[in-house]
Amino acid sequence: MLRPLARGAADGARAAFVEQGDSHVSSAEAHEQAAVESAIGRFGQQPGPLLVVLHAIQDALGYIPPAGIARIAAALSLSRAEVHGVVTFYHYFRLHPPGRHIVQVCRAEACQARGGAALEAHAKARLGVDFHQTTADGATTLEAVYCLGNCATGPAVRIDGRLHSAVTPARFDRLLADQESN
Amino acid sequence: MASRIYVPKDATALSLGADEVAAAVAAAGTGRTLVRNGSRGMFWLEPLVEVDTPAGRVGYGPVTTASVAGVLAAIAKDGAHPLCIGLVEEHPYLKSQQRLTFARVGIVDPTSVADYLAHGGYAGLEQALAVAPADIVKTITDSGLRGRGGAAFPTGIKWKTVHDQDAPQKYVTCNADEGDSGTFADRMLMEGDPFTLIEGMTIAAVAVGATQGYIYCRVEYPEAIAALRTALAAAHTAGYLGASVCGSGKRFELDVRVAAGAYICGEETSMLESLEGKRGEVRVRPPLPAIKGLFGCPTIVNNVISLASVPVILAKGAEHYRNFGVGRSMGTLPLQLAGNLRHGGLVERAFGVTLRELLYDYGGGSVSGRPLKAVQVGGPLGAYVPVKHFDTPIDYEAFAAVGALVGHGGIVAFDDSADMAKLARYAFEFCAIESCGKCTPCRIGSTRGANVIDGMLACDHPDEQRQRLDELCETMLHGSLCGLGGMTPFPVQSALKHFPEEFAPRRPH
Repeated sequence: MLRPLARGAADGARAAFVEQGDSHVSSAEAHEQAAVESAIGRFGQQPGPLLVVLHAIQDALGYIPPAGIARIAAALSLSRAEVHGVVTFYHYFRLHPPGRHIVQVCRAEACQARGGAALEAHAKARLGVDFHQTTADGATTLEAVYCLGNCATGPAVRIDGRLHSAVTPARFDRLLADQESN
Repeated sequence: MASRIYVPKDATALSLGADEVAAAVAAAGTGRTLVRNGSRGMFWLEPLVEVDTPAGRVGYGPVTTASVAGVLAAIAKDGAHPLCIGLVEEHPYLKSQQRLTFARVGIVDPTSVADYLAHGGYAGLEQALAVAPADIVKTITDSGLRGRGGAAFPTGIKWKTVHDQDAPQKYVTCNADEGDSGTFADRMLMEGDPFTLIEGMTIAAVAVGATQGYIYCRVEYPEAIAALRTALAAAHTAGYLGASVCGSGKRFELDVRVAAGAYICGEETSMLESLEGKRGEVRVRPPLPAIKGLFGCPTIVNNVISLASVPVILAKGAEHYRNFGVGRSMGTLPLQLAGNLRHGGLVERAFGVTLRELLYDYGGGSVSGRPLKAVQVGGPLGAYVPVKHFDTPIDYEAFAAVGALVGHGGIVAFDDSADMAKLARYAFEFCAIESCGKCTPCRIGSTRGANVIDGMLACDHPDEQRQRLDELCETMLHGSLCGLGGMTPFPVQSALKHFPEEFAPRRPH
């Protein structure tokens, strides 16, 4: 039986989280804490707020810091297991920082009908990683997506938020080179 | 008003360079107002630049950054240019369509309430506020509108159930988790004419007495989310949302909630769980969402296109809408031509148009130049339809008769290089990735199904494997909690039925 945490418990968890940050913590950790606190402050009062809060954190950081899960749980009167369960249920949320660039390749049927399978194989070979992995130099994370709604002009790829059509292997290499030079 | 020049901001147009073209147009200083419209749905012409002329809007496409200067010079002179397609509305692809739901998409400025009103917007809401809520529900019932998300359940019956509940809080939710491959109608509408969706939801709220609405939109659609947010703010400012909708004293607040990449959340109860901030696990029904939905309250759950069809039904009457279509499939359906087609795009037609007309007359056949072999209609859970059934009309019952479904109207075309056994295997793989895990047939059956197809192709007792596959499909069909596990057998069984030779054992390469 899950019981909502009492306010005191929530404040306790917050204090612990903040205290950890005050003593001997890197600026990266402080940055994570600030993003978590900001998301809770802005969206924690909405009805059914967990996904909204998680989106705000991932928008700010690019991932959900595992160290912040207890704080989110306490603030929203959820258990840590519930928060972890939600974070890991949804493909979109990450628990690790991604590479500097995020390359999403559509694997769905409409892109397959236009050469998507060959592009998928090429993308993995070119980057030397499988889906949901990051290149060793930390430059690029490769992700599989299942439909970008760009189904008449595929294969479709989204690189750092920018959507591209008709991505042949050669075009993929050019797009990647453009991205890496930025 | 200054003459206008239009460069779409639709996601597909952007993927083909529309922002760069728009920047070049702005920098050139044409003396015309630049409008970022939605797409007309002729994607092979994107970016399609349009200009106002005394005769109507003239289009040029596909325009690139290299050709934009030449196009602008032509526009300043006599308009003649190799990329000119003439009057856009006269283009055969558009002229033969029956656009009711998409009447304004690609035409209006999606950020402007004034432009929406100038094109007949909010006439439906005005009508709705003038009649009793029960009469709104009756109009929707009489129109014959069935859920456009795929299940084709009569929308009016859903609304009546919510209307009849006596509850202090009710909700209207829009399922914009358009995850089916080959579908982009929801996206195009949200990007190109978001006020139509907002108006449809407001009418629904007035009809059933809801005060809060949510649009649950895919995270894969950032352009649509941005367009919705802009439009919601504008509608609020103009008094079409908020404490007193159009001064009627009826309150309706509407917000966008962003999904997080789970296909299963397109299933209505799973979407409600997700809106509540939980894992998107399917709920056992009953109770129906119309009785106990979001936060336990009576809730309308409708797809984008269902809700966006509501304003025209209210504005022009149930009779006008139902006179389109055939049999029990009334009105129009925005069909999405996708995959291996020369002229992919959006075609809104009354029910009854055949697959062949769509694929060849509109679609222009395959882009690869090879013969078409099959189409998958209705997303990843839809059946593969072989060439011999291409004369089937788009009609819920006619499709059911050939073992297929219309679904959300997405049509993905494959040429003769398609590997049907691999596509069948992919159906299981997709189900395994996207299963919420709550019921066993879906969670385990999907992975097992992929293994069995691997066994068949690897010559590992193929006859036994085939029997196992049939039994597995039966179990998933009848034993799954929702459509994901329950419909994954459709693409598999249709591929097996129509292309059995492709499942023969293969030699290792």
